[in-house]
Amino acid sequence: MTAIAAGPATPKATGAKGPRAAVAPRRVGLHVFLAAVSLLWLAPLLLAVYASLRPYQETAKYGYFSLPHHLSFAYYREAFTQSGMAQHFLNTLLIAVPAVLLTLFFASFVAFCIARVRIRGGFFILILFTAGNLLPPQVMVTPVYELFTRIPLPYWMSDSLTMYDSYWGVIAIHIAFQTGFCVFVMTNFMKALPEELREAAIVDGAGVWTQFWRITLPLCRPALAALATLEFAWIYNDFLWALVLMSSGDKMPVTSALNNLKGQYFQDYNLLAAGSVLVALPTVILFFILQRHFIAGLTLGATKG
Amino acid sequence: MRPKADLEPAVSVGEPTAGAPASAAAPETGRRRPRAARRRIRRLTTRDRLVITVLLGLPLLFTFVLVWATTLASVGLSFTNWDGIGSAKFVGIDNYKELFTNYPPFATAIWHNLLWLGFLALVATPLGLLFAVLLDRKIRFGRFYQSALYLPVVLSLAVIGFISQLIFARDDGILNTLLGTTGPGQHPVDWIGDPHINIWVVLVMAGWRHAGYVMVLYLAGLKGVDPSLKEAAAIDGANARQTFFRVVFPVMRPVNIIVGVITVIEALRAFDIVYAINGGTNGLELLSVLITDNIIGEASRIGFGSAIAVVLLLISVGCIVAYCMTELREEKS
Repeated sequence: MTAIAAGPATPKATGAKGPRAAVAPRRVGLHVFLAAVSLLWLAPLLLAVYASLRPYQETAKYGYFSLPHHLSFAYYREAFTQSGMAQHFLNTLLIAVPAVLLTLFFASFVAFCIARVRIRGGFFILILFTAGNLLPPQVMVTPVYELFTRIPLPYWMSDSLTMYDSYWGVIAIHIAFQTGFCVFVMTNFMKALPEELREAAIVDGAGVWTQFWRITLPLCRPALAALATLEFAWIYNDFLWALVLMSSGDKMPVTSALNNLKGQYFQDYNLLAAGSVLVALPTVILFFILQRHFIAGLTLGATKG
Repeated sequence: MRPKADLEPAVSVGEPTAGAPASAAAPETGRRRPRAARRRIRRLTTRDRLVITVLLGLPLLFTFVLVWATTLASVGLSFTNWDGIGSAKFVGIDNYKELFTNYPPFATAIWHNLLWLGFLALVATPLGLLFAVLLDRKIRFGRFYQSALYLPVVLSLAVIGFISQLIFARDDGILNTLLGTTGPGQHPVDWIGDPHINIWVVLVMAGWRHAGYVMVLYLAGLKGVDPSLKEAAAIDGANARQTFFRVVFPVMRPVNIIVGVITVIEALRAFDIVYAINGGTNGLELLSVLITDNIIGEASRIGFGSAIAVVLLLISVGCIVAYCMTELREEKS
């Protein structure tokens, strides 16, 4: 919880009263409730991990709720090699990393123009972006597909020679779609930042770019960390756009690699569980890395007191 | 100090009427502004303008072309019988007529989407709010609870789909094993295969994820509530529940709106989890699945699929307009 105090935009957060008033029975009840709910929330994940460590024959014979006879990472090896997961992980990174970075960059600048430079029509730009993010993506599917098949790309950029079936197309649509949410959060965050620093920079003759890149953006670290976690999870987990805008199986992102583990006639759930855990791992790790900044960063509109 | 600063854009927006003689004087935009718009505007050099034009123009262009233009194009396509190969023929509202009279999955899908919305709005969202309220104070293990409840959010719905199969499979799923109905001569419930039951299983899994998402949004919102408000309420003799419902919750209005909008959108967009479980058939039909099936399925009925998309769009637009109205009101006040 240290991050909350570190967040520049939430000075009020530390204003809470002493941590513990009294250890009342209600406290105990609260902890029992929260612990039970947390366990319930984690149970499916823990069960998936547990199942993935045991051979199928064993769980089939003794059931999933039995003490383990054999525990091994064999399924992880199998899931990783059988689905060609290394390649699919790479594909996902090639899509998600540039998409997240560019989305955050563009969204921060748009937010900066709206909240700080206060350009004319800023409010309508904000609405345009936010409302765009609320549109259902299925509505855009056909025209985007048609558009991308018509945009030629040189061979070094895409071996399909069009935006269709290339990472460029998927990255572009993610940026276009996700910028909306980020503009919205960043605008609210920047509005709450103190102005003095930037004003001092203006007096020193700093241009818009310096004010943005050197002065404002470093203050936005918590918000950027929060958005990076969310956006990475969303883009990483995307199913629809890859399905629509890609045709070569070897270019598919990692979420679709799980399909390779589904047997034609026989479903080895333990293998699937291992695959699911592997696929989920990067987003979980990123969450734990950026967690300190997480809540502090998501200032969703200041509430006036 | 903020209200004063917020007034400034109003001045610069109203600029053309303010300085009529000045605007006639010089064609160059930089000079034309009346003194009222002062400092900030004048400080934009040519280089600043270039930076803004490029870095604001690019994302604007992306959004215009890929989001707004394509959405409009879909509306146009919904009035044609295009199959993706030949030329499109205008068929008026035939697609919509067929949709409402001669396409049984449509009604089912609408019902499922509404059910999804109802479940998220009445169960998952309040649950998320409850978690946030409980975790908002400094308690021991708070960080652990928070992580545990949030963790499902970063999982893909595809992964959640596979986990659901692990839990709810008929013959060797964890739930049936736990219930002891998997032995010979028993009649285990087919949680995923039975079209009357499977939607509820999926809803539970979707709610499992949604509650954590809502919790995080409300945790952020609660941090923004001025603590002096709570103190004032306490001094006035309000108990914890009164303080929350009469003071804290109303003050969080902006967050409430966001959560409301997100809940509706999540319900309308729901796709991955059912697609991962069984391709969105056999009791798991959703509007988004029908659109995808028609457009990229073998039949390639793009005009028809677009018509379903437009129905989905119209429901979303309702929410978007509601959101814009509240934002506009906030902006004015």
